[in-house]
Amino acid sequence: MIKYVLEESGEDMRIDEHPILTFAKDKKIRFTFNGKEMFGYLGDTIAAALVDNGIMEFSKSVIHERPRGFYCAIGNCGSCNMTVNGVENVKTCLTLLEENMVVENELSEVIIND
Amino acid sequence: MIEKDLVVIGGGPAGLSACKVALDAGMKVAVFERSFLLGGQLVKQTHKFFGSESQYARTRGIDIAKILIDELDNTDLEVFLNATVVGLYKDNVITVYQDNKYFKVKAKAIIIATGASEKFLAFENNDLPGIYGAGAVQTLMNIHGVLPGKEVVMVGSGNIGLIVSYQLIQAGVKVKALIEAAGKIGGYQVHASKLRRLGVDIITNTTVKRAVGDGKIEKIVTVKLDDSWNEIEGSEQEISCDALCISVGLSPMHMLLSMAEANMTYVGELGGLVPIKSCDYETSLAHVYACGDVTGIEEASSAMVEGKIAGLMAAKHAGFIHPDYEALENELNNQLCVLRQGPCGEKIRCGLKKVGEVYD
Ligand SMILES: Cc1cc2nc3c(=O)[nH]c(=O)nc-3n(C[C@H](O)[C@H](O)[C@H](O)COP(=O)(O)OP(=O)(O)OC[C@H]3O[C@@H](n4cnc5c(N)ncnc54)[C@H](O)[C@@H]3O)c2cc1C
Ligand code: FES
Repeated sequence: MIKYVLEESGEDMRIDEHPILTFAKDKKIRFTFNGKEMFGYLGDTIAAALVDNGIMEFSKSVIHERPRGFYCAIGNCGSCNMTVNGVENVKTCLTLLEENMVVENELSEVIIND
Repeated sequence: MIEKDLVVIGGGPAGLSACKVALDAGMKVAVFERSFLLGGQLVKQTHKFFGSESQYARTRGIDIAKILIDELDNTDLEVFLNATVVGLYKDNVITVYQDNKYFKVKAKAIIIATGASEKFLAFENNDLPGIYGAGAVQTLMNIHGVLPGKEVVMVGSGNIGLIVSYQLIQAGVKVKALIEAAGKIGGYQVHASKLRRLGVDIITNTTVKRAVGDGKIEKIVTVKLDDSWNEIEGSEQEISCDALCISVGLSPMHMLLSMAEANMTYVGELGGLVPIKSCDYETSLAHVYACGDVTGIEEASSAMVEGKIAGLMAAKHAGFIHPDYEALENELNNQLCVLRQGPCGEKIRCGLKKVGEVYD
């Protein structure tokens, strides 16, 4: 079993004021990450909400289990894959956050047959 | 199986422009986009675009996306979002993955407008969390309003590196340094001067030697390069940061075409592997067309024009002649010539020559 440490910076990463853009933060959305309750906003991807909650480690490399963050945010690299509501290999950078979502780091071991 | 006259893969500026022209020509069109919104790269571009007036220069990228999407309002376009095309077959069938299910779609013509992906840079610990592509940082802050970090170092001084650095500052992030391996800045001087005025340290002839951190990035070690790009011993320096942003170019998203065994060729000036196509934008696969960044990294302005040409031609060869066919064909080809002229267009002209398109 791969082990993950749940570490948070505790810092709020939301942009409060921006010269060009405004960000609607109308509806708060509750979800859990590895069992811990967290909040994001309607319109967030799971990845954006996690970063805002100070989560940087999204997955581990297959062989050496090195921590990986997200990299591309558009669905190219796969380093943001997590298990969402029990479904494995979900690209969290492309998946919008929904109320009471259960988000977990990928837990099953990858078996490589050469 | 769903059947359509035209399937467009990718809902960026190239794909959306292709949809519009093909719909006007009377085709039944469906567009497949893997993201939850249309617009491609445009949806995170807050700066005013350069280019020519007919391609909305001096309009912000996000607003160009709105214009392109509005033009498709009240048409019969069928839009599939969160829909990734995972297979392309020689009998004009694609496989789509959406909502944890796969389904097939058959079409008379297929337009590939999948855009590009960001290149990566090789250095020690380049996989530490906190090291992001410049596009990822833009997505995070300009779409979601979330910052990637508080103190960022940017690698690469092309226009994207310069523009994203400026956008980071606008969002309240400290850009500690911008590092460039070449001896001079790659992008436009106006962008670089703006950054310098804001106090950003632009360091040329320098690259990242390694990233350092326990579980996430804490600092980088840089090293100076000589004119032949060899590391200069003893020139290492440390810069602390909580995010590192990599902006060293893009390469075309050729995978669907490569998988279907279209004729491809590697052209450095175009960013990597690109399809060989006819003057009607048809690839070596019959009825499969390609346009935009997937045929060579360029700009949204040319991607829109190429998209329109691909739409026009795909329609024509499937028996749908656009009411303004001749006027449009001339006008669009002229627009491309204008966009690609002058010293700024030299690299792209040189690259396109290698795939048989001549603009001199
Ligand atoms: C920071 C920055 C600044 C820029 N500034 C300018 C500027 O000032 N002026 C200018 O003209 N250009 C500019 N550009 C360039 C411009 O954004 C791109 O050239 C343009 O977006 C390319 O359009 P495209 O439609 O080919 O690809 P994209 O915009 O990349 O769109 C491709 C779409 O295809 C989708 N897709 C990919 N694969 C699949 C699949 N298998 N299934 C379903 N969908 C898929 C993607 O999700 C994406 O939405 C800039 C780019 C960046 C990053
Ligand atoms: S971050 Fe690359 S696929 Fe999600």
